[in-house]
Amino acid sequence: MRRGASLFNIVSIAIGLAFLYLPISILVIYSFNASRLVTVWAGWSLIWYRELLNDTAILQAAWISLRVAALSATAATILGTLAAVALVRLGSFRGRLLFSGMVYAPLVMPEVITGLSLLLLFVAFNVDRGFWTIAIAHTTLTMCFVTVIVQSRLIGFDRSLEEAAMDLGCPPLKTFLTITLPLIAPAIAAGWMLAFTLSLDDLVIASFTTGPGATTLPIRIYSEVRLGVKPEINAVCTIMIAVVAAGTVVASLITKGGAARRQREALGAQV
Amino acid sequence: MRGEPQGRKWSRRAVVLLPCVWLVVFFLTPFVIVLKISLSQTALAQPPYSPVFDLSAGWAGFLDFARQLSLESFRLLFTDLIYLLSYLKSLQVAAISTLILVLVGYPFAYGIARAPRGWQPLLVMAVVLPFWTSFLIRVYAWINILQRDGLLNDVLMRLHIVDVPLIWLSSDTAIYIGIVYSYLPFMVLPLYAALEKMDESLLEAAADLGCPRWKTFWLVVVPLSLSGAAAGALLCFIPIVGEFVIPDLLGGSETLMIGQTLWTEFFANRDWPVASAIAITLLALLLVPMLFYERLQQRSLEGGR
Repeated sequence: MRRGASLFNIVSIAIGLAFLYLPISILVIYSFNASRLVTVWAGWSLIWYRELLNDTAILQAAWISLRVAALSATAATILGTLAAVALVRLGSFRGRLLFSGMVYAPLVMPEVITGLSLLLLFVAFNVDRGFWTIAIAHTTLTMCFVTVIVQSRLIGFDRSLEEAAMDLGCPPLKTFLTITLPLIAPAIAAGWMLAFTLSLDDLVIASFTTGPGATTLPIRIYSEVRLGVKPEINAVCTIMIAVVAAGTVVASLITKGGAARRQREALGAQV
Repeated sequence: MRGEPQGRKWSRRAVVLLPCVWLVVFFLTPFVIVLKISLSQTALAQPPYSPVFDLSAGWAGFLDFARQLSLESFRLLFTDLIYLLSYLKSLQVAAISTLILVLVGYPFAYGIARAPRGWQPLLVMAVVLPFWTSFLIRVYAWINILQRDGLLNDVLMRLHIVDVPLIWLSSDTAIYIGIVYSYLPFMVLPLYAALEKMDESLLEAAADLGCPRWKTFWLVVVPLSLSGAAAGALLCFIPIVGEFVIPDLLGGSETLMIGQTLWTEFFANRDWPVASAIAITLLALLLVPMLFYERLQQRSLEGGR
């Protein structure tokens, strides 16, 4: 089968990638523009980054966002991994259909609905809204993404390792901790990172569930963006892109390194 | 399993129970509350609706509560044209942009699936990477380009294609651009997964038997990638119907999409019962596509076993 070389394929990939990357590149480049106007290029400058350091409101919002994201991603990873284990390893149990329905539904549920319903829940039970309610909402939103990632990893790996351990008298919990967990660790790490970025990114659900004193970074950015383009916002966005890109590259290096090592070990075992 | 040790049974139960309790409390219960409030009436109180269900009043209190429920909010939804137009606009935008996404995403995914094996992970990563950067940032990036004195008008005027700056922002065109841009990875990845799994000997067989390439594509490739296309389309269509950020930042103010209408009813008008009724109706509208999607998702995960 001919692979690659068709002109049509190369062109469609090139156009697709250009479409995906051009707007982000423009945003990054203009965060270094000395001029306030988008159309005027007045030379390279770090002035907007310096402005940012003096903007305490944005820095505070970023700090809140990071804490919410770390907390909710951790909770979502624990709950999501448990749900994945339940769906893959426990076979059929009572209420499985309802369970899997609840796990997958948040994936496609429009955010306005999730946000509204969670807010009404908090109001109905008279919960003070703020940091914790956003964290709970984000945990609920992101755990299903963790489940999907961990689930595909659990389905993919060799069960005989677990069975061997159990046959040799290893208790289930210990088997899970010493055999299963290390094997699915890359998926769990990827799930945590996805949950973290989704939480950092969310505007709609946070807007519904926030309270006084808990303005997250997206809420802050959104209120500024509504008033038009601001170079400071370009600078914030560039920093966020840089952090996420660095995180993704490091994560892929870790998992790739792990995969390569496992492959070598497997080869060694065969020889 | 019989003769199971007690400890094992408990750990099994805990594995299901913990996420299950969380989802029942924070995902299922809220919908019951939304349904309840959609049947309430607006009131100048805190919370701004009545009746408020009072557990301490017991059975009589419940009967009293039930008698006060009304379908007023739903009646409003179906009689006031604003809401109907809003729903129609959302469905129209979602349908058209899903169609554009299939047309744009298919050649892209096909190109990646036909690229040399060694390149494919890198290309897939290149598609996923923008998804990791903030949704808000990606929409904001387009404001830089589309605004009146933005880059697009600048380029068009320098090339003398237009003489006066065109209005791009605050239009449906801007909404479609923003949606296609933001949702493209969701379309490309399932399509790629389906195209990549395809058995290449089928294509060779068709070629050996003298089938022209376009016909092979139409009769073999397209039908085999339909499940991927369906998954991608649903993964895009459902959230787009309820989309808020993109139309709010890029769109105009004539006809709002339903997500925006819900937002306005809730935050600006403080009409919680109507906002809840909108949410319930939207959910009912999306239930069938959602069930379809869950079916596909389950089948693809179980098929990989």
